[in-house]
Amino acid sequence: MIEFRSVTKQFPDGTTAVDNVSLVFPSRKTTVLVGSSGSGKTTMLRMINRMVDPTSGSIEIDGERVSTLDPVKLRRSIGYVMQNSGLLPHRTVVDNIATVPVLRGIKKKEARQRSLRLMDTVGLERALAERYPGQLSGGQQQRVGVARGLAADPNILLMDEPFGAVDPIVRAELQTELVRLQRELDKTIVFVTHDIDEAFLIGDQIVIFRPGGIVAQIGSPADILANPVDAFVASFVGVDRGKRSLHLEGTPETPVVVDSEGRVAGVLAAGSNPLLIAEAVPQPGAGAPAQGAAT
Amino acid sequence: MNQLFATFAWLLDPAHYAGPDAIQVRVGEQVEYTLLTLLLASIIALPAGLAIGHTGRGRTLGVQIPAVLRALPTLGLVILLALMVGLGLLAPLIALVILAIPPILAGAYSGLESVDRETVDAARALGMTGWQVLWKVEIPLSLSLITGGLRSAALQAVATWTIAAILPLGGLGRYIFDALPVQDYPKMLAGSMLVIALALVTDALFALLQKVVTPPGVRAGRASLVRAKTTHSHARAALFRHASFIRNER
Amino acid sequence: MTWLWANLGLVWQLTLDHVALSVPPIILGFLLALPLGWLANRHQPSRGVLLSIGGVLYAIPSLPLFVMMPLILGTKILDPINVVVALSIYALALMVRVASDALAAVDTDVIASSTAIGYSDWSRFWRVELPLAGPVLLAGLRVVSVSTVSLVSVGAIVGVDSVGFLFLNGFQRAFPEEILIGIIASVLIAFVFDVVLVLAGRVLMPWAPVLRSREHPRGLMTEKTVIGQ
Repeated sequence: MIEFRSVTKQFPDGTTAVDNVSLVFPSRKTTVLVGSSGSGKTTMLRMINRMVDPTSGSIEIDGERVSTLDPVKLRRSIGYVMQNSGLLPHRTVVDNIATVPVLRGIKKKEARQRSLRLMDTVGLERALAERYPGQLSGGQQQRVGVARGLAADPNILLMDEPFGAVDPIVRAELQTELVRLQRELDKTIVFVTHDIDEAFLIGDQIVIFRPGGIVAQIGSPADILANPVDAFVASFVGVDRGKRSLHLEGTPETPVVVDSEGRVAGVLAAGSNPLLIAEAVPQPGAGAPAQGAAT
Repeated sequence: MNQLFATFAWLLDPAHYAGPDAIQVRVGEQVEYTLLTLLLASIIALPAGLAIGHTGRGRTLGVQIPAVLRALPTLGLVILLALMVGLGLLAPLIALVILAIPPILAGAYSGLESVDRETVDAARALGMTGWQVLWKVEIPLSLSLITGGLRSAALQAVATWTIAAILPLGGLGRYIFDALPVQDYPKMLAGSMLVIALALVTDALFALLQKVVTPPGVRAGRASLVRAKTTHSHARAALFRHASFIRNER
Repeated sequence: MTWLWANLGLVWQLTLDHVALSVPPIILGFLLALPLGWLANRHQPSRGVLLSIGGVLYAIPSLPLFVMMPLILGTKILDPINVVVALSIYALALMVRVASDALAAVDTDVIASSTAIGYSDWSRFWRVELPLAGPVLLAGLRVVSVSTVSLVSVGAIVGVDSVGFLFLNGFQRAFPEEILIGIIASVLIAFVFDVVLVLAGRVLMPWAPVLRSREHPRGLMTEKTVIGQ
């Protein structure tokens, strides 16, 4: 469990990136920090592994204050995946994945063996092992990044807009695979994104930030969609534009799902009960059949 | 044309391959002076440049000192130091080391600064210590530019030792300065050609070295890395290559 | 100092000679580099050839080149043309690379949109590409200017008068003050040239934010605001 207690971060230029945030990241759950740029979400993430130190307040991991821990050791024990992968361009794929285990003193040969297995886990062909990052596609680079983040088998995985730089099709693929991976691995994941759809797909707990590093709302995806605390959140998640308020039209035999602006969003899955679904529509959780078509 | 024939005749004359003024002796001296200059300047400039590039501190100084040094006329500096320190190797050596520092310094810090900030950030986030980031990430990725700085310094040293032969020194400049008062044009030309040949060989060797020290992944990934760079950073890189470690004097 | 007052006329004359020898190479190098840089940027094969030739020329030491010039040009050894041509070669060798990189760095989107709104190749070069390449060209020109000014004095060895004369004369007379005055004069000329170039840049490119020649590339965000327009 990671806990933030009244954490504030002010940068030397006077901007407040994070403003008095208290927050709990439950163990083995995925918490998504979401907000527009400049909302302090990346700073939040970087305070966990002490890439940034807070101006005031405290951060604890399993009851231990991170400020008392050696930053280098702390970082080696936490997985980190970033946008544009941040791979070392002069090292091959296996060596990139093996970086942290080797830093921690594991024998190179053993670390490489483990890297190869991790390549299987994240869905990379072993044939790519001796390639350099520059020779991979964006999606492949991100997979290497995820494998590297997992290499030391950390309990915590920090992900900073990891899929922000890949095209939408590959992004969707990587997102579903992360959900699958998390089901197997059960890590405590902190995931930063500005994409609310991505947040709803991946997160168990969603934290929405306002500009200036202020928490607007914390809750499960369903909570937030059903009860946005204010106009800002409603607008951010898109309820106000009717993007997510769907209704049924057409004949009872062949109902069509339509959004509030009259755009046809999809059809009901075979066997769904139109009456039940119609009630469920205003708050489509991740599993609601109509939602997939709408996003 | 006659001059050219006379020059080649001079170069081929067996008499010029014997004694203390033999061509191989003069080449040897020039190479020796140059290497000594590079060594001493590197001892000072490499750690300083790496420190500036790694920490980002002291950069203003690291930029301004070379800019001022670039404006100094070498001939004047060499002669002034000779009058102050006395004849012998020491005075020109001091002058040459001072002049060789800027390109090496600039090569080192601009090399480190050319490394993608995201890569360095990622290395830190993985848990590398400052030293590990420097040795395992920053230096390998900037070795080509660091060598480029040494290349500029080496060429400058070859050129300036030639000028420094206005003092009673060895090296290939000796031929030019010995021939000047007596207007022995073939000898002057022969000396000049030898210096030019030495400079071009030096340049070629360092160019080769720059290729060798570029990590294979960087070469392989160049196309995609370049694509990722934004326009302004491209312009910035262009500026860097020219402005930072161009030698001022030949 | 007494020496300076007694010889003010000589120092002033040598300074004028120095300026007269420095200006033509800087201007020639710049003007000739534009078409060559354009060519290098347009035709990839020519780029490799031009830049390699430039690199080789730039590697040639100055004194030997001065000595070789009469052989190449058919001039007399004391002719100032030798120094001017040799320094122009250096200026050109450096500026071709600068020009080619500066033009290559112009945002391709801007070029494409200029073409789309109807600029011809010719007018687009003069009105869009060249101005946008301006700040980088200026930075290159400043380097050329400083190094040309400091190189001119080497010409004194082959008898072409400039403040370099003070170095040789001071050496013969073992008189450090004269040499120091020569060094100061040379540095001052370089400084004045630099100021003139910077001011010219401000007048010609009022839209360009002041581009300090070696800005801190770490501050990526500020970078974008500095050149990213």
